[in-house]
Amino acid sequence: MALYSEKVMDHFMNPRNLGEIENADGIGEVGNAKCGDIMKIYLKVDKNIITDVKFETFGCGSAIASSSMATEMIKGKSIDEALKLSNKAVAEALDGLPAHKMHCSVLAEEAIKAAVQDYYNKIGIDYNTEEFPNCETCGYCCGKH
Amino acid sequence: MKVYADNAATTKMSPIAIKTMVKYMENVYGNPSSLHSVGQEAAEALSQARETIAKYLGCSPKEIYFTSGGSEADNQAIISAAEIGLRKGKKHIISTAFEHHAVLHTLDRLSKKGFEIELLPVDENGMIKPEQVADAIREDTCLVTIMYANNEIGTILPISEIGKICRENCVIFHTDAVQAAGHLHIDVEKENIDLLSLSAHKFHGPKGIGVLYARKSVPLTNLIDGGAQERGKRAGTENIPAIMSMASAFEEVCEKIDSNSDYLIPLRNKLIDGLLKVPHSALNGDKENRLPGNVSICFEGIEGESLLLLLDAKGVSASSGSACTSGSLDPSHVLLSIGRPHEIAHGSLRLSLCEYNTEEEIDYMIETVPQVVNYLRNISPLWKDKEKGRKEYILK
Repeated sequence: MALYSEKVMDHFMNPRNLGEIENADGIGEVGNAKCGDIMKIYLKVDKNIITDVKFETFGCGSAIASSSMATEMIKGKSIDEALKLSNKAVAEALDGLPAHKMHCSVLAEEAIKAAVQDYYNKIGIDYNTEEFPNCETCGYCCGKH
Repeated sequence: MKVYADNAATTKMSPIAIKTMVKYMENVYGNPSSLHSVGQEAAEALSQARETIAKYLGCSPKEIYFTSGGSEADNQAIISAAEIGLRKGKKHIISTAFEHHAVLHTLDRLSKKGFEIELLPVDENGMIKPEQVADAIREDTCLVTIMYANNEIGTILPISEIGKICRENCVIFHTDAVQAAGHLHIDVEKENIDLLSLSAHKFHGPKGIGVLYARKSVPLTNLIDGGAQERGKRAGTENIPAIMSMASAFEEVCEKIDSNSDYLIPLRNKLIDGLLKVPHSALNGDKENRLPGNVSICFEGIEGESLLLLLDAKGVSASSGSACTSGSLDPSHVLLSIGRPHEIAHGSLRLSLCEYNTEEEIDYMIETVPQVVNYLRNISPLWKDKEKGRKEYILK
């Protein structure tokens, strides 16, 4: 199908890091059912390094591919590096997304940040809330408003 | 296995439609407006096609206008009725919430020009009651436009009853019969239809050609000005190969409406029953008053576009009303109109069959679709929340 790049189709058909991590150190979930996409990212962290990452996604082909690519891009990286991952970088790694699908890469970025935030909360690390997604940056994707 | 199950989007051309098209491309290239015999041969063919179409709609050949397709026919029908209304100071139009966009967007345009558009709500089965139309008709109603059958959920509307009500109230009645023509028996006389649109590519004819039937008493407004083709109501040299091909395809399907229905309805029901075995799924549209080939089902907890992509990889061509496939942020207006919540409408699947589909193909889909649905549910955090009781199921 010419709608998506080969990379997108590859990550959609053969998603990497699919599933759930039991006793994850950080879990982030963004999106809502009404809009048609929800992404959930699980992190396992050891000495500030993401040793394992998994995802579950309800959504379209590009949402699943974006989650898959994003998890691959942060696996084995430090938390700081993961926080620097931008949606643009995810979309570029997928050889681009159609314009109306860019929000899928935004969700992937936000899901990772939400998972790190959850990790910080769990182990009691202070952080600047402005550096993390809030409902305004997310476009109220949680559907709680 | 390759299964084409998107016949409501478009159909494969029939061998006779292709043969006819090629024949007229090769041999009858004249312009029907030309005086010479080459042109007159084309003119003769054109009048034959008009007669064929008229015969199967139950009208006079003089009431058949060839257009570029269903959308143009819908536009011209509605604009024409609005013009007639305007001359009498009548600016109220009745339609339904789940019409095709060719109708809804034309009505939007008229509403900006001061027409009052009343869209009747449809019930949870996708039906309209004739009384709703009777209750909505006013002194200043100039048009009722209601589709013959819905393109997404397949429900067949009570057109005869609505036509009778419109006739009794002297209101022009248009029906978008794009999904019905060639699949259901249509008789514009008996059903009191004043304007009707159809499109050739929905019944194994070519794309880019359609028909507007307009009762003699309803003068049309031109959308395209120019030459005197189509009795001055639609300019442009006639696309003879497409018109002839459409007529041959229409004749073929109209002769087989009963046998095609007898073949398709059991297959359709088998597919519906097979897919509804998937827990937390639901049929969209009325089970009985339904196009012979339409299957439309919502699966809870998954999204339609990913379902389509995975089915495509397994050889099944289908469609969905999810936001991602509608090209907008909202899922299909048809599914919302029958009361499906956004979340459920995102998980919709339409399989539209035709007489070329086989029982083996139905069995293949009954096997494949649930596999793909299960896979997507297993990777869906939304589904997991429901399974674990953190969120309520919406579909039983």
